[in-house]
Amino acid sequence: MREKAVYVLGILGALVMIFNLNTIFNKLPDEAMQGAVYRIIFIHVPAAINADIFYSVALVTAILFLVTKKFIFDSITVSCIEVGTMLILVNLVTGSIWGRNQWGVWWAWDLRMTGQLMCFLLYLGYLLARPAIAEPTQRATLSAFIAIFAYADIPLVLMAIRLPNVRTQHPGPVLETGTLDKAFRAPFGIGIIALLLICTALVLVRLQQESSQREIDSLRRELHAA
Amino acid sequence: MKRGLLTAFVIAKKDLQTELRTKESINAAASFALVILVLFSFAFDLGREELYAISGGLLWLVYSFAGALIVNRGFARELPNDCLDVLIASPAPPWAIFLGKSVAAFCLLLIVELISLPVFGLFYNIRWTDSFGSLTLVILLATWGITVVGTAFSAVTVNVRLRELMLPVLLYPILIPLLIGAMGTTTALLSGESMGGDNLASLRLLIAFDAIYTALAIYMIEFVLIV
Repeated sequence: MREKAVYVLGILGALVMIFNLNTIFNKLPDEAMQGAVYRIIFIHVPAAINADIFYSVALVTAILFLVTKKFIFDSITVSCIEVGTMLILVNLVTGSIWGRNQWGVWWAWDLRMTGQLMCFLLYLGYLLARPAIAEPTQRATLSAFIAIFAYADIPLVLMAIRLPNVRTQHPGPVLETGTLDKAFRAPFGIGIIALLLICTALVLVRLQQESSQREIDSLRRELHAA
Repeated sequence: MKRGLLTAFVIAKKDLQTELRTKESINAAASFALVILVLFSFAFDLGREELYAISGGLLWLVYSFAGALIVNRGFARELPNDCLDVLIASPAPPWAIFLGKSVAAFCLLLIVELISLPVFGLFYNIRWTDSFGSLTLVILLATWGITVVGTAFSAVTVNVRLRELMLPVLLYPILIPLLIGAMGTTTALLSGESMGGDNLASLRLLIAFDAIYTALAIYMIEFVLIV
């Protein structure tokens, strides 16, 4: 059942992605100010939005693990955080390339970039700490704790770097104010959905690995006990 | 509640007493802070104005490095002879154990800071006495933030392989908003600004950080200690 879901979601996501890439590269015109490079927006922003979605799921499942002590929630947390961290990396790298092209620098320490980088570092800490804890229950509990602490830091980071004379390179909110051209809106939305589908498939693959891992661990323990 | 606070006080007192007798982490942290201060003076060759511009950042880097050394010992101190297990098995509520250890680490880090602040002023020729009042407020708030988050994470890493390596990896990213606030305000105060405007906003950030993480840690420490 789960295997089927992986294939369905993955193939569906890939098809939507291919359709969207076709629109982006072959149908949409170049942007008036930036030329061809603006097309990064269709990967850059959906990656960030999806990362936030997966981190939010991870927060909920981390809390659920602490409440119920069911290992499935721990598996979901780690899978979502792994995929989310990959998405943040995509977001950072594409942003850096775009920044180099448009602003002339690879990195600008502006509000959003700094916040996103901190987010990446926080969850990297989570992923580094996990393998260092041997006992499964302890590992799940302690990493749920780290996941919750990490999530609490994000609004604070955003607040912190707003404080002393805001340095921002990013444009204002183009989505809410409707300054994103109508022609760009559909591929933008589809980009988010395509990435969401693919990443959900990735999360499911990771979940499968986690449950196999747990099975191997318990077999190993049985063997040692015998 | 009252019993818990009393327990916290007893644990803080015990930790401080042990530390002041052995002086194992406070000596290490204080001398480490001094070494870092000396190293920074070689790293940057700066004029007077530039020195003031980086003073807050420099000071808080030193403090947070020393802080990590101190909080690392918080729970690790209890490991020999399985003292930690006994402490957890005792009727003391987990939050009281945590609060006691945080308070002890807070006092120790304050001592280290009080030693290194005059040395910092002396080495770098920075006048810190004029703004000492408002500086104290920033130092108290930010130090509490460092120690409360640090102690919570030392409770996590006490069970982890490579404890000394994992703590900084986890701790510093979490501390970023606190350090941004503390560094900015300290630089402004040392440069002769008064407490207002942006500095007041940073102070609010420090208070928010302390409140959020103290509450979160006290609420969640039970899950970490009893696993």
